[in-house]
Amino acid sequence: MSCKNRDISLKIDGAPSLEELKAVNMLPSVEELTKKACVCIECIEEIPCNPCETSCPQEALTVGSPITNLPVIDREKCTVCGLCIAACPGLAITIKSVEGSTAKIRFPWEYLPFPVAGEKVEMVDRTGEALCPGVILSVVNPARNNKTAVVTAEFPKEFVEEIISIRRKYGTL
Amino acid sequence: MDKNNKPAIVVGAGPAGLCAAIELKKAGAPVILIDENSKPGGQLFKQIHKFFGSREHKAGVRGFDIGKELLKESLDLGMDVRLSTEVVGIQKGLKVWAVENRARSYTIDAGAIIIATGATENALSFPGWTLPGVMTAGCAQTLINVHRVLPGRRVLMIGSGNVGVIVAYQLMQAGAQVAAVVEAAPRLGGYGVHTAKVRRAGVSFRTSTTVVRAEGKDGVERAVIAKVDERFKPIPGTEETLEVDTICIAVGLTPSIELASLAGCRMTYIPELGGNMPAHDEYMRSSVESVYVVGDIAGVEEASSAMEEGRLAGVHAAWSMGFLSDAQLKSKADETVQRLLSLRQGVFGQKRFLAKKRIVEQGAGK
Amino acid sequence: MTRSSVHEHSRIERHAVLGDLPKAEEVTIYFEGKAVTAREGEPIMSALIAAGVGVFRYTKKGSPRRMFCGIGRCTDCVMTVDGVPGVRTCVTEVRDGMAVERQHGVGAWKTENMTEQGDGQK
Repeated sequence: MSCKNRDISLKIDGAPSLEELKAVNMLPSVEELTKKACVCIECIEEIPCNPCETSCPQEALTVGSPITNLPVIDREKCTVCGLCIAACPGLAITIKSVEGSTAKIRFPWEYLPFPVAGEKVEMVDRTGEALCPGVILSVVNPARNNKTAVVTAEFPKEFVEEIISIRRKYGTL
Repeated sequence: MDKNNKPAIVVGAGPAGLCAAIELKKAGAPVILIDENSKPGGQLFKQIHKFFGSREHKAGVRGFDIGKELLKESLDLGMDVRLSTEVVGIQKGLKVWAVENRARSYTIDAGAIIIATGATENALSFPGWTLPGVMTAGCAQTLINVHRVLPGRRVLMIGSGNVGVIVAYQLMQAGAQVAAVVEAAPRLGGYGVHTAKVRRAGVSFRTSTTVVRAEGKDGVERAVIAKVDERFKPIPGTEETLEVDTICIAVGLTPSIELASLAGCRMTYIPELGGNMPAHDEYMRSSVESVYVVGDIAGVEEASSAMEEGRLAGVHAAWSMGFLSDAQLKSKADETVQRLLSLRQGVFGQKRFLAKKRIVEQGAGK
Repeated sequence: MTRSSVHEHSRIERHAVLGDLPKAEEVTIYFEGKAVTAREGEPIMSALIAAGVGVFRYTKKGSPRRMFCGIGRCTDCVMTVDGVPGVRTCVTEVRDGMAVERQHGVGAWKTENMTEQGDGQK
């Protein structure tokens, strides 16, 4: 388990720490993740923004008025359809779940090359450090996502709180 | 009502100018939209990220798609758009001097003028800053998103405001690597969601850090950064060399006030919004009768607020020219003001709201 | 890091948000006498970057320069175009047959290339 996340801070390191995230109550506990897939929202500053609310067909995400309010998720109404993952302009929403010894994450992705199903990847934490290997289960990029692909990856469950994305491969496109 | 057939002139076809011209045209007023570039849109077409705000603000829509919508609306309305045309002066009596294609000049007697000339990126000088490879963040953004070329492969970004952080992300989308984002202040300036996106790609943010010099023969080959003290002075012994071929400068924008100055607009100094800018009232009117200022020239904010300010000035100008009733002015202006207020809320917006309030309270008149 | 490797293949052919590079008519400009393929409608600046040109001009004292603001406000990117010096390459569109040269300092006018308007930009 990486200690890194405990030492970082959003306005100094660029990524939020688990403490900062948990302080606004938008992250599910690991226990909740084992019961049901959960939306994880890493949006902790009050900025005028509410596409997550307008994207949710179940009205499970509420921002209300003023639109600077942080979103509140009603996990009973949420069907983890994942529309909010692509709708969030800040790319701050993922969906995580834990089953047995593995965890899954569905996360937004806007770089080429897209990963492909079956590909072995490195899972990264919020500082971009690779913590564990993972495997891509699917990549979807429907037109309504407006160019934000949603990738599903599987990895060892010990890292579920730290993992946020996969390592980016760069180079000539 | 005093209907005259002198056209409203909108200078600058960025988001603010486009929205102003569209409101005027929708109201039935004669309007000419002028831009010195060969293509309209201002900075909007470089913005490939999804905008924030609410549905009315086009949240979730990418900047360049908003640009396309505005352009289509203008063309569908039959807007008189004059590109590659520079407005070089505004004389008393609202006489506008325009130079087309740097070859032919003419004047137009305007019924109202809306100045939407935007802002210019600030420079930061340091030894080696003139080397090929050192450029503003906006320059890099233009190259990668509009012209589809990479200016380099490995970038140092100076400045952690939204421009720096967003361009750092877009440079990675374009295929470059970002070695680091340095910020002279002790805290990062941009939205947390923007910095988080960049950080999870492995880019390090270095606060209380500045660039000390750029090194290279015919272009940037290395950048030397160092920690700074509370007076922003580099601390000896903290220098670090980064292997980069590009250094992008994102240290803020300043309103482009040349034309507004020529027109005689009274200036006011508002550091939170970029420095010297023309004073304006609650309808975006400057100190010169029938001359409005909208968008970044009236205070550097964002595209969403530029669009709303453009709409506000557009409806007010249309009303003053006799093309909208008092009731229409009130309802359209109220809508726009509400949307502006909601954009200027929250931890980042509050500062801008207070600055704008101060401008309006000063009074635009001499 | 060597700069010579840096500028090759710098055209962005594919992009997650912008999509594939759309087809464009080809235009040939000449940089210091060498033919360079450019895309119709693009400014001289990006055509030269795509071709790997690292230096656009030298100042009077010999400092190499390329570009800074990219939108026509700083004049760092000026070159001699069709014999006319001081032309902003970031806002000047390529034209088939255009001759682009590095200038030293403020450059020199080639009077036989001057049109009635004396302007290299149109």
